[in-house]
Order: sequence, then C-alpha cells, then structure tokens
Amino acid sequence: MTFVTPTIEWAPLVPILIVLGAAAAGVLIEAVFRNAETRRLVQFLFSLAALLAAAGVAAIQWATLEGAGTTVMQDMITVDRQALLWQIIILVFGLLGVMLFASRTSGGESSFTELGATVPGSLDETIARRKGFQLTEVFPLAMFAVGGMMLFTSVTDFIFLFVALEVFSLPLYILVALSRRRRLLSHEASLKYFLLGAFSSAFYLFGAALLYGATGHSSYEGVAQSIESAAAVDPLVLTGAVMVLAGLLFKLGAVPFHSWTPDAYQGAPTPVTAFMAAATKAAAAAALLRIVYTTFYTLEWELSWMIWAVAVATMVVGTIVALVQTDMKRMLAYSSIAHAGFILVAFGGFSADALSSVPFYLLTYGIATLGAFAVILQVRERTSGGTVGGEATRLGQWAGLGKRSPFLAGAMALFLLSFAGIPLTGGFIGKFVAFSAAIDGGAWPLVLIAVIASAASVFFYVRVIVLMFFTDVPEGAEDSIHIDYSPLARAVVALAAILVLILGIVPGAVLDLANDAAVLLIGVAG
Amino acid sequence: MFPFLTVLVVLPAIGAGVLWALPASARSRVREIALSITVVEFILAAVMFVQFDRDTAGAFQFAETYSWIAQIGTSWALGINGLGLAMVLLAVILTPLAILAGWREDTDIKKRTNYLALILLTQAFMVGIFVARDVFLFYVFFEAMLIPLYFLIGMFGGLQRRYAAVKFLIFSLVGGLVMLVGVIALYFQGPGGAQGFLTDNLTNIDFSTTAERLIFLSFFLAFAIKAPMFPLHTWLPDVAETARVGTTALLVAVLDKIGTFGMLTLCLVLFPEASRWAAPVIIVFAVISVLYGALLAIGQENMLRLVSFTSISHFGIMVLGIFAFQQTSIEGAALYMFNHGLSTGALFFVVGFLIVRRGSANIHDFGGLQKVVPVLAGTFLIIGMSALALPGLSPFVSEIMVLIGAWSTVPVAVVFATLGVVLAALYILLMYQRVFTGPTPKGLKKTRELSLRERLVAWPLIGLMLILGFFPALAINYLREPAQDIVSIVSVQEAGE
Repeated sequence: MTFVTPTIEWAPLVPILIVLGAAAAGVLIEAVFRNAETRRLVQFLFSLAALLAAAGVAAIQWATLEGAGTTVMQDMITVDRQALLWQIIILVFGLLGVMLFASRTSGGESSFTELGATVPGSLDETIARRKGFQLTEVFPLAMFAVGGMMLFTSVTDFIFLFVALEVFSLPLYILVALSRRRRLLSHEASLKYFLLGAFSSAFYLFGAALLYGATGHSSYEGVAQSIESAAAVDPLVLTGAVMVLAGLLFKLGAVPFHSWTPDAYQGAPTPVTAFMAAATKAAAAAALLRIVYTTFYTLEWELSWMIWAVAVATMVVGTIVALVQTDMKRMLAYSSIAHAGFILVAFGGFSADALSSVPFYLLTYGIATLGAFAVILQVRERTSGGTVGGEATRLGQWAGLGKRSPFLAGAMALFLLSFAGIPLTGGFIGKFVAFSAAIDGGAWPLVLIAVIASAASVFFYVRVIVLMFFTDVPEGAEDSIHIDYSPLARAVVALAAILVLILGIVPGAVLDLANDAAVLLIGVAG
Repeated sequence: MFPFLTVLVVLPAIGAGVLWALPASARSRVREIALSITVVEFILAAVMFVQFDRDTAGAFQFAETYSWIAQIGTSWALGINGLGLAMVLLAVILTPLAILAGWREDTDIKKRTNYLALILLTQAFMVGIFVARDVFLFYVFFEAMLIPLYFLIGMFGGLQRRYAAVKFLIFSLVGGLVMLVGVIALYFQGPGGAQGFLTDNLTNIDFSTTAERLIFLSFFLAFAIKAPMFPLHTWLPDVAETARVGTTALLVAVLDKIGTFGMLTLCLVLFPEASRWAAPVIIVFAVISVLYGALLAIGQENMLRLVSFTSISHFGIMVLGIFAFQQTSIEGAALYMFNHGLSTGALFFVVGFLIVRRGSANIHDFGGLQKVVPVLAGTFLIIGMSALALPGLSPFVSEIMVLIGAWSTVPVAVVFATLGVVLAALYILLMYQRVFTGPTPKGLKKTRELSLRERLVAWPLIGLMLILGFFPALAINYLREPAQDIVSIVSVQEAGE
C-alpha cells in the first residue's frame, strides 16, 4: 500500500495562512516581550497588521479570481467568491473586534483579567493586579478564532469542517472566561458555552459520520452526488443531515439550540461578546449556506420543514424573551437569537438569492452589533466614592444617556434602529434582501411571521431609545454613571455608525459584491 | 430643468441638519431660521405650482429618474401629478403655520431646536411620499417618517406622551412591515430588473387573483392604519391628546392623508381587480368610521380628542369616495383630502390657541368666551363651520361631490354617511356653545384676544377655504385628470371581466 503525498496549492489559502501564522507568531511574541505595556502594543499592532494584510490579499484574490474559483487539497477547501466574501466579512469583524480587545478605559483598565489562571478573589489575583500584569494572549486567541472562522466558511468537506469548527471554538471558550470583573460569572458562562458547544460538536460529528456511512463520501460534493443519484432518500442520510444542521444551528444560536447565548453574552468580556456575536454568527451562517446549497439542496422537500420550524421558533422565542430583559447584554443576546431566525427565513425558500442576501444581512447585523457593544463598553458605573466600575448594563442605568453623551446615545439609537430594520439604516436593506430571497422561494408565510416578529422586536429596541432620550436622569443618580472615553472604542462606534448609514443609504456597491458572490464553485448556482 | 422635486425633498432635511449643527450662539434665532426654510420651501412649491401644466394634470410632471439601488430594482424616481401637487401644497402651507403656531411653546433653546429640526425632517419625508414614483422609495419615506414622528410625539407633549408614542409606533410598524411583504412580493410579480419598483412598470401586471388580493391587502392595511379607519383608529385620539398641537395638526392634516393618497395612487392603480373585490367590505368600514367617529366626537370632553374623532369620521367619507370608483366621488375625495387638511389643520391650531390661554383642553373649563374674545370666537366659528361642511366653505363642495358621486353605486352607504354629516353639526356646535357662550367663568375674564401671530396662522387658511368654497373649480381642474386616470384603470378592466 502506498500513500501519495497530497499536493497543496498554497496560493488560494494565503489570507487564512496569514491569520493563522500571525496567531502562532503572536504566541511567540508572548515569550519575547517581557514588558507588559510593550507586549500589548506589539500584539495589537501585529494583529491589526495581519488582519489588514489578509484582507488585502483576499481582496486581490477576489479581483484576480479566474473563473468561478478553485479548490484546494482534493476539494477539501473551496476558494470561490462566496468564500472570499465571507472571509472579508469576518476579517472586517475581526478588525473591529481587535480594536475593542485593545481598548482601555480612561483609567487604563482593559476588559480582561490580569491573569486568567488566578482564582477569583484570591491573593494571587491581588498580586497580579498590583504587579500590573496584562493578559495579552487574547490577541493570538482572537487571531486563531478569526483564522478558524475563515477556514470554516471555505471548507467543503464534512470532516475538515469539524476541524475548522474546533479551531475557532476553542479560543472562544477561553476568551469568554477572561472577564476582568464578575469573573465567576464569566467562568460559568465559559463552562456552559464549552459544555453545550462540545455537545453540539458531538451532534455534528455523529451526523457527519452517518453521512459518510451512508454515502461513502466525506466531501460536500460527494455526498451531494450520492444523494442525487439515489433512487430514494436514505433515512441515514436524512438523520445525518438533520444532525449536521443541528450542530451548525447551535453556532448560529437558533432555537432550540440557543440556550448558551444569553449566558455567554452576558458573562463574557464585552469585546469578546461583540466579536463573538458578529463573527460566530457569520461563520455559522456561511457554513450553513454552503452545506445547504451544495449538499442538501436536493433534500428541500425533506428539510424545509426543519428550517421553517426552527426559523419560526427562533424568531418567536428571541423576540418574546427579549421583551422582558432588563440587562442590555442579555437583551442583545436574545435579539441576536431573533436575528438568527431572520437569517433562517432567507433560507426558507431554498432560493439561490440567499447566497447573496445572507452575507449582506450578516454584514449589516455584525457591524451594528460591534458598534452596540462598543457603546456598552463605554457606559460605566461609578461608585459613590467616585471610582469607575464595570459596565452599567442594567437598562435603568441608561436613563438619560442622551444628555450625558449625545454621541454615544445617538450612535446606539442608530444601531438599534438598524437592528429593528428601519429604512435608511443597513438593517433595513439587510432585511429587505433576506425577505426578498424568501418570497422569491415562495416562503411568504414565513416572511409574514418574520415581519410581525420584527414589529414586536421594535418594542424593545425602542424602549432603550426611550430610556436614553425621553427619560430624565433619575434624581440623585447624576453621578452614578461614568461615560468613558476610550479612543479605540470611540473609533469603533464611529466606524460602525458610518458603515450602517452607508449600507442603508448607498448599499449598491456592496450589494454588487454580494451578487457576484452568489456563485458557488460546486453547488446549485455553480 | 430645475430639479424642483428633489430640492423640495432635500431642502427641509438639510435644514434639519443645519439646525442641529448650529453653534449655541446662533440658536437663539433657531425659530426664524426654521421658519425661513419652510417659507423658502413654500415659495419653491408655489413656483412649481405656477409652472405646472394644468392641461396634462394627470401625467407626472417635473419627473426625475436616477438609478439608486439598481441591485434591488429601486430608483430615485420623483414626479408629480395634480393630486400629488395638491398634497405637496398642503404640506408646504401647513408646516410654516405649524411652526408659527408653536412659536412660544419652548423656553429651552435646545428643546426648541430639536422640535423644529424634527418638524423639518418630517416635512422632508412627507413631501417625499407625495412625489415618489417608485414603490420602494415610497416605502422608505413611509417608514423613515416614523422616526421623527415618534420623537415628536414622545419627547414633546403631555403626560401620556410616551404611551402615545409607542402606540403610534407599534400601529404604524405593524402596518408598514406587513406592507413590506407586499412590496417585495409586488416586485417579484412585476417585470423586475433595475427599475422594477417604478410605479409605471408595475401597472397592468398580470397577477394571479390570490396574489393580487393578498398584496392589495398588505398595502391596504398600512394605509387604513394611517388614514385611521375603524377599527384601526385607536392610536389617533391618544396621540392627538398628548402631542403638541403643531405635531397633531401636521399629523392629521397632512400625514394621515398618506393613507388615502396611497389607496388612490397605489391600491386602485396597481390592484384594480382586488380593489373591486374588497370595495364592499371597505365601504362598510368607511361608513362605520363616519358614524362611529361622529358619535364619539359628540361624547368627548377633550377638544383635541374631539377634533381627532371628527377626522376619523371625515376620513371615512374620503375612503367611501375612493372606493365608490366614480369620477365625481374620487375627484371629491381627492379634493376633500386637500380641504380637510386646511380645515382640520386650522381647527387644531385654534384649539391650540384656546389651550394656551386656559392651560386645559377640557371643554368644561371654558365658557362664555364670545364676549371676552370676539375675534377668537369668530375665527373658531368659521373654522368649525368648515368642519361641518357649511356651504361657502371649501369642505362642503368636496363632501357633496363624494356623496353625489357615490350615490350611483352605493346609495345605502351614502344615506348612512349623510347621517354622519348631520352629526357633524351637532359636535361642532355643541363645542362652540360650551366654550364660547353662556356665563364666563372668573378665570377667563381676562383672556387675551387673538394676537397678530395667531391671526397670521388662522386667517390665511380661512381665506383659502373661502376662495375654494366659492371657486372650487380652481382646485378641481388639477384633480380631474388624475381622477379620470384612476377611474379608467379601475373600470376599464371591469368591462373586460
């Protein structure tokens, strides 16, 4: 028996390799720079440079792509316009996310604990704080996550998809646990996320194994071909497909696989929440899109009930539970669940339009999400002694924010209106194209439910706007809130606000890109 | 050619931006700046009115078409026919008056700036709606308008303002979002392409019956909420009671006309078969609105609520005229949209003057004012008479046209609607009697007479109503052709069935 060394064409993988390489180099930087301040700065600039370089290369690849694209490693990875668009989207989220990772309060306090290994409340923790330790591993961890997600969007093989899934999930499990304040809550969130994540990974893996067992293929295309050529739908294939989808729906945060979302969002350090909310969802949606439109397209009849049921449940549960939340981060978590439902609506009609509308939707949603969490990062509690504490995430604490900081409150209002899908914001165009895809595929009842859910969701978005602008600062609480000024976080807010407006008013160029990306090298539209 | 319509849409929006960007030192003049922007807007519209070719009033004039988001088939397509012209004129006449009417309302300069900027923003969106020739663009204005309105209601006004603002928003959004489904579906039914949302490309679509009816319903629901029709009207009295009088006047006099405007220019034109299918039910609801609004108006103690219920009644008459599908009735309805704007706008303004004097909107807090402030009383009486459609004032002509026009198709409905007209006399005269006649309460002995500013607000409207009351042809000439076009679309296909 002879083994043939696989030939690998490296060129199409350069953006992913840059990011993963930078992540590995980041680990070395940890060892080289002893001074915490220098190390932090080097890590930040290095990550930023790597992400920008990767985005640049991806853009060049987009411009010079020959034909519909190319496959690498015996069809395990496909680099087509769909993949490149998703990679760029994730890189954009990564850039904004890393800026938030690096942002510090005006008091010089980052969002991460000084030393993740210390027991909360222990002497070690106090010592670590006094010695001015800084946790800079977060940057390489984030880079690993970004690299894994980029891979996740481009993989076309069930086994390899699992590898990519773990590459981006593991760093996130760690990152969630690294909050500076309320560390126990953060640990709890991480553990929940990890256990449920492992559970869903198992689901996915089992599903992939069933598919392999039934068809003898592990590549998307191979499975697709045997499904197509089979006379009847093999129950094993169907079970496998449902389990694979369940594993991915977990990452998307769809009901009933959503229960990790609120805890993880609330417990995680806010920059991590921001990054995770935007990028994980994008990666999950990308993988789901590719699998559905490459492999399971012929199973529309068998699988659409599942997508419909999950979409309706996700929208309804996300919206209704968000209505009663009293914590900003939890509310945004449930709103993210509702948005997962809207994303699934685009799938509902199995229309090829979803290939362009889902990336656009995720782009608008992700940018607004990063912006919203960047605002949350800067609204902080102040104790009676005058020391600045953690983020003020109780809704009541946001009363009168419009008077305290018109800029932050105005930007937050814009992000919330974008979530709600009000015209002239990116969210509206996103919803419009997503719903168009569904109606084109004949799923108008699903869209009807989606618009009613949208109308209901406006209620809790607007409640925050009401609090910020119509409610006065409570008597005696004038000094209880500190509006932080952190240049990086401000920059993220400003960038996100500008992008939301551009995507809402002149989205033509981006829509063109998305339409160009609606071609899969292997799959329905390819 | 000068792009009148784009300028008309963009100017107030820029004005709003300018107000917000003003340095603190210049803000003391913010009212004058806002007023002059609206006056410039009025002059521009007036120039356009003069240049408008009356002989082809049915065609879109001053048309502009630029590609906007070609990827989803929408373009920045504006154009105006006689009907749109009337609505735009209404908007540009009432906005400066609303600013003038609320001249002394704020002492806090920041608050005043916000209020005026929001009013300007609202004006931009409402003009946009009346001149949009692209369904997507129409929808964008339709929904975007909710934001300034929501803030206008929620930030300024009485105690219940937040409740009213949320109620308004929820009602409007449910309607608007359901319409969005229809908008998208319409695109897929139509020819599609880069200009797939252009109204011209969407007429004469070969729908399946179910598709047409469902899309029609999604549009109609949104419009029925805007032009508050029973049973979707409940947001209006709450909003009218708590919002500022200027906001309410614009809302009822101009913005709610978007409902009837949409029915005329979108529902009837794009979905003629479905319109005929739904007409019997709609007419029933229209008649219920007429009677219900009138009866409830009689029972109101709050003048603002009272006026808003009268409007629900009047909107019923307009909808009746629209869905009777007769040349005269549709012409009448279109004319009524304009005249009702003048009359109700004026009525809200005058009620506002009374509220400023007494600090209350409750009818029982007033009495015997006729002797103290005869000019105010007279102004109120004339405007009230216009609301009850006294001959000689313009609403009379339009109401009669609707009723006569509709008689040939739906005589029973007309009989009931006429009852509503009779009831109008009751609620208006009762209000006048309680507020202006009888003994004068002590606190009202020194009530101020109408000031010059207040006369400037009310009298031009009265003048317009008198002119159009005696020479209705001045306005009808602009509305006849658009009405003809609509009727021909609705009835030609009837013959083909």
